[in-house]
Amino acid sequence: MIEFSNYDILRNLLFATQWTILLSLAAFIGGTTVALTLTALRLTRNPTIQRIVKVYVELFQGTPLLMQMFLCFFGLSMLGYEISAWGAAILSLTFFTSAFLVEIWRGCIDTLPKGQWEASRCLGLSFLQTLRFIILPQAIRVATAPTVGFSVQVIKGTALASVIGFVELTKVGTMLNNATFEPFKIFTLVALIYFVLCYPLSLYSKHLEKKFNVSR
Amino acid sequence: MSLVNLHQVHKYYGDHHVLKGIDLDIKAGEVVSIIGKSGSGKSTLLRCINGLEQYQQGGITVDGKEVTTDDIQMRRLALSVGMIFQNFNLFPHMTVGENVMLAPTIVLKKSKAEAEATARAMLEKVGLAEKFDSFPEKLSGGQQQRVAIARALAMSPKVLLCDEITSALDPELVGEVLKVLEQLAKEGITLVLVTHEMNFARDVGSRVVFMHQGKVWEQGDSKTLLSNPQTDELKQFIGAVL
Amino acid sequence: MLYFSDLLQYSDVFLSGLKTTVELTVLTTILGVALGTVCATVRQYGNRASQRVVSVYVELIRNTPFIVQLFFIFFGLPALGMMLSPWQASMIALTINLGAYSAEIIRAGLASISKGQMEAAKVLGLNFRQTLTRVIFIPAFEKIYPALTSQCIIVMLGSAVISQISVQDLTYAANLVQSRNFRAFESYFVTALMYLGLSILLRFAFNALGKRLFAYRTAN
Ligand SMILES: Nc1ncnc2c1ncn2[C@@H]1O[C@H](COP(=O)(O)OP(=O)(O)O)[C@@H](O)[C@H]1O
Ligand SMILES: [Mg+2]
Repeated sequence: MIEFSNYDILRNLLFATQWTILLSLAAFIGGTTVALTLTALRLTRNPTIQRIVKVYVELFQGTPLLMQMFLCFFGLSMLGYEISAWGAAILSLTFFTSAFLVEIWRGCIDTLPKGQWEASRCLGLSFLQTLRFIILPQAIRVATAPTVGFSVQVIKGTALASVIGFVELTKVGTMLNNATFEPFKIFTLVALIYFVLCYPLSLYSKHLEKKFNVSR
Repeated sequence: MSLVNLHQVHKYYGDHHVLKGIDLDIKAGEVVSIIGKSGSGKSTLLRCINGLEQYQQGGITVDGKEVTTDDIQMRRLALSVGMIFQNFNLFPHMTVGENVMLAPTIVLKKSKAEAEATARAMLEKVGLAEKFDSFPEKLSGGQQQRVAIARALAMSPKVLLCDEITSALDPELVGEVLKVLEQLAKEGITLVLVTHEMNFARDVGSRVVFMHQGKVWEQGDSKTLLSNPQTDELKQFIGAVL
Repeated sequence: MLYFSDLLQYSDVFLSGLKTTVELTVLTTILGVALGTVCATVRQYGNRASQRVVSVYVELIRNTPFIVQLFFIFFGLPALGMMLSPWQASMIALTINLGAYSAEIIRAGLASISKGQMEAAKVLGLNFRQTLTRVIFIPAFEKIYPALTSQCIIVMLGSAVISQISVQDLTYAANLVQSRNFRAFESYFVTALMYLGLSILLRFAFNALGKRLFAYRTAN
């Protein structure tokens, strides 16, 4: 058996943290892109599209992220699409992130007074102009705080990638635990690292929310 | 024999000296109207009498017992002092009847039947017997305030404190609430009310207390005081509200 | 090709997994919301020190993944001499997790109740406990009921992770079946649908309860 000093443990965990961060970033970027597209589609007010988006959201919010990961990883490869753990993790986290962001942003857009749309259209602005100059600037102001807040859920969500074998922080934690039999120390450290990643974002989100509430 | 007695009461919010040595003596059966400009300390005075606010110097007694904000004292005090708020503060999730029965059942430990009988009688008194099973939000402001009065009366308080209880009402609803108060006054209930209704203060009240800058500036028999104010401040105040 | 009919012979496995998941969900939803209510009350009305303690708990849980919390409790605590079965560890982890999230939600509900309600109860002679249970809680819960419902569903879905410490829940059943018949897609797909059904059911149950608790909204 290899001996692990505290230094070794920490070094391994911190190295794995890079993958957690990378996966979080990829999922967040992927999720934001999909969510933006879906939100834009939704704004067209086409009832069929809106229904499809709604089903999408309910499907991914109503099933476990872990199940989505299994489906992406084992399910797709069974169907003949070879996919790495990394790919499956990004794919499922993108679904997961986008479903929640679409819903969060819908709430933000809905809080804008309906009169804003009508007033702008009366002024002769086109749909896109209204969106670009009237709705988006306001919606973005409202949406920033909850979006930053949700990024914490994304980071925590990446921990599930360990289950399909992607080597990130949690996975390295379990591996180190198997090697050292020091679960208390290892999982305390793992939890602390996640905390250090997430807490500043939580604080920032709260700060933005306060700032926004004061300014209006 | 005085029912409510304040002796040299001082109250501070931080550095802000709000009540500056209040002396006031109220006897059973009196109807005392407290008038004065906004910010002169009227609400604070009432809230000190029923223990919602702590005062820093002096003494207050109700029915001969010292008033403190101590939890147990406060609950004993609740048995003798009723309070009605500007915003009614009815409990939205309870029916009118449940609002009135709540304290008699869980504080006075009355049986449900007994509490219900009291509640019905009190609602009858304020003219809302038929609203027993309605929820507060379905009532007009005037009706809600009358329920609040019934709720306070159900505890058979010795003195009823009213803080601008008609100020949040639409003008056409003020009358119905004042009528109930007038009825109570006739029955001999001790009332201490902060009010801007000068006619009511003059016609129904027995005494008017004018507060200015945290002090009892002038007080006396309601008709005399209002028709013949002594200080410039009261003259000015009466001029402004009439 | 997909062969969903291959799953039929494993319906017992699925049903027993479903049962475990439902049982744990019901239990931890009740315990978690209860814990959250206590913590929210302390956070809103308690003294400085106890507020601080609750804040630390809430922030620690909200900023770490559930799976790590679960591993910490299941693997970590025995190292301190606290032996827990997988089922016990899961129940504790889920309760603590929901407790923290619901504390934050419920506190917002408490904060939304006007000070006047508290004072009205006080001058009627209600003590603090009576004021909370009779006057404050129901309107406070009404304010945050949709958020609380969603959070309970999120925690229920998150419970899929307990299969990793071999609690024989629905996800465990799915893993077992696909390891036997190698029909991973079908197995996970059907399981995902069952979770979807559970989400809908849980929301339905919350709505039904809400209709009773907040009847004053709809009464005339
Ligand atoms: N909770 C409080 N904290 C700090 N200052 C207060 C508070 N309540 C009232 N005050 C101040 O005390 C003074 C008297 O207030 P109040 O008794 O409400 O006056 P009134 O009822 O006569 O309008 C005001 O200057 C007010 O700003
Ligand atoms: Mg006032």
